[in-house]
Amino acid sequence: MYTTELDKQPEKKNVTPIDGAEDPALVEAFEARVAADEFIEPKDWMPEAYRKTLVRQISQHAHSEIVGMLPEGNWITRAPNLRRKAILLAKVQDEGGHGLYLYCAAETLGTSREEMIEALHSGKAKYSTIFNYPTLTWADIAAIGWLVDGAAIMNQVPLQRTSYGPYARAMVRVCKEESFHQRQGYEAMMHLMAGTPEQKRMAQDAMNRWWWPSLMMFGPPDENSPNTERSMRWRIKRETNDELRQKFVDITVPQAEYIGLTVPDDALAWNEEKGGYDFGEIDWEEFYAVVRGEGPVAKERMKARRDAWDKGAWVREAADAHEAKKRAAAAA
Amino acid sequence: MSGHDWPLWEVFVRAKGGLSHRHVGSVHAPDKEMALHHARDTYTRRLEGVSLWVVKSDDIIASDPDQAGPTFAPAEDKIYRHPTFYEIPDEVKHI
Amino acid sequence: MPSLPTISPEEEAKAKAKDGTSVGSFDAPTAGSRDEATIAYYLMLGDDALILGQRLSEWCGHAPTIEVDLSLANMGLDLIGQATHLLGGAAGAMGEGRDADALAFHRDVLDFRNCLMVEQPNDDFARTMARQFLYSTWHHMLLGRLAGSKDGHLAAIAAKGVKEVAYHRELASDWVVRLGDGTEESARRMAEGLDWMWRFVPELFHVDEDLQKVIDAGIAVDPREFEAEYREAIAAVLAEAKLTVPDDQRPILGGRHGHHSEHLGHLLAVMQFLPRAYPDAKW
Ligand SMILES: [Fe+2]
Ligand SMILES: [Fe+2]
Ligand SMILES: [Fe+2]
Repeated sequence: MYTTELDKQPEKKNVTPIDGAEDPALVEAFEARVAADEFIEPKDWMPEAYRKTLVRQISQHAHSEIVGMLPEGNWITRAPNLRRKAILLAKVQDEGGHGLYLYCAAETLGTSREEMIEALHSGKAKYSTIFNYPTLTWADIAAIGWLVDGAAIMNQVPLQRTSYGPYARAMVRVCKEESFHQRQGYEAMMHLMAGTPEQKRMAQDAMNRWWWPSLMMFGPPDENSPNTERSMRWRIKRETNDELRQKFVDITVPQAEYIGLTVPDDALAWNEEKGGYDFGEIDWEEFYAVVRGEGPVAKERMKARRDAWDKGAWVREAADAHEAKKRAAAAA
Repeated sequence: MSGHDWPLWEVFVRAKGGLSHRHVGSVHAPDKEMALHHARDTYTRRLEGVSLWVVKSDDIIASDPDQAGPTFAPAEDKIYRHPTFYEIPDEVKHI
Repeated sequence: MPSLPTISPEEEAKAKAKDGTSVGSFDAPTAGSRDEATIAYYLMLGDDALILGQRLSEWCGHAPTIEVDLSLANMGLDLIGQATHLLGGAAGAMGEGRDADALAFHRDVLDFRNCLMVEQPNDDFARTMARQFLYSTWHHMLLGRLAGSKDGHLAAIAAKGVKEVAYHRELASDWVVRLGDGTEESARRMAEGLDWMWRFVPELFHVDEDLQKVIDAGIAVDPREFEAEYREAIAAVLAEAKLTVPDDQRPILGGRHGHHSEHLGHLLAVMQFLPRAYPDAKW
């Protein structure tokens, strides 16, 4: 998953208490079940705030998968050989599948896919900031697989044990399929770094452009992440943004070094004491600008999604009309 | 209206001969043939199955979790339905 | 080695099972093992699969629903896989270190042997489905027979492909029926799509001298054998779709010997850009 803390402003909110109108005995029983690592299923009683938070989180995750098809999709027709073409098409198709699984999981909470898609298209719903950057060269495809899927996996693996059953099961499927995404990206990067000077230049340039946006994928720093505590208690979030970001940096830096890529961060240094890397300050102004919809290709991404949906309307209607005719004929 | 989407179907896959169909997720589709096609294209892309079922989600009748007590509790004390309820001497074989 | 997600042995086995290197490898073409006409036949079928796969992949991320997006990508993947085997076979027979990629990315329009139908632009979903329906029905009938080819490698590729293409045909037919007998708008679009593609149908059944040679050798299938069956099958689906079979148009030929529509050059410009721009690079 991608962070779902995509509020437009870095504001500090108090943790909202569970709606007072709810029966305290039900709330208590619910909290006890979650605390006992039980799964909550669609028809079980749940606090409204839990339902709302989940719909928001799962649908944002789904939107990210679907919008995320676009930057990589941009290179399918230009993949440099048949093997890479098949890999990329299969990979982007997988992301579509992930979006589908997640929309279905969210639908069990009583919100239709149609409503979620409309919220995305109207700009009301958010998706991961990372997909608002353009893919300029083939190396961007390598960088996305390696860094972006790498960051996503870091978030997704713990969610296989999230408290909401349908979400957890969707994540099990997603994680199984993800296992090749990051590897194919890193492998493509290895080939570039073992290639011609032009290929190396492409690779380093992609690294320079995708590194910081990848770190932003984990969301705002913990002190600006107001709902973390409650989400952790509800097991719809399993580790904090900063913990995951640190983990990602620690794992990824040696991978970059191994193939001769430079991480574009002067402040990057191994910290023996904490057993991890210190790294530079993230440009949060940039992050919030992109959240506000001001990413370099935000308009292109939204237009592509709206076009696909609007131009597909007649197809969806036609199939329904056909089914209605068949049913009418069968009834007659 | 451009917002319109197809109805939801639940998808069940038999992973291999001898196993039951198992719920794997859902798809949207306009009718039953398309639901099968969509199920195939969504849930069996990695050799996951040998047989598919699709059922319109609306057609599934689910038990009410609030009634989980009355529905499932009566089975709790019928321990005589379980083989371990009966004590048979170890010397007696094949039983 | 820095840690990346591990793959389970089970998954690796599956990947290997899907990797078609095993297809007909007992008889994989080597330099000099096939004559010109046989190589041309490999190219013809390989180019059909490659170009149609490329067209389908253009839909990725832009289809009417996510489910349809996945279906189109699946067909595209099947076809790119088939192209890899067929062009690999042609390249092996041509020798001189060629491989499937050399043929896919380093030939120009005049050397592509695909039929004109598959290179037609996607346009709307109806035209894409018209193309898929008309081509897959032919493709399915062809591969079913080609599985008995005297060329063992070709027969193995066909035997694997026929299962994939049976599904393409079924899915495309189902869509033609739904769009043809859906709304007024969808019926109009479907009829327009068919009308666009119809002039390219005769090319599928055209037999030139090269093709005749491989037919005579028992390597290729004579498409005229199943033309009547094809016409019947098309008419049956169109009847179910409440669409009329288009009037025959003047046949447009040329693809099989390199004389294409204007569209192929643009498709190749996109598809071949990277290997052309960086001829020394490996990816
Ligand atoms: Fe994904
Ligand atoms: Fe992925
Ligand atoms: Fe069908």
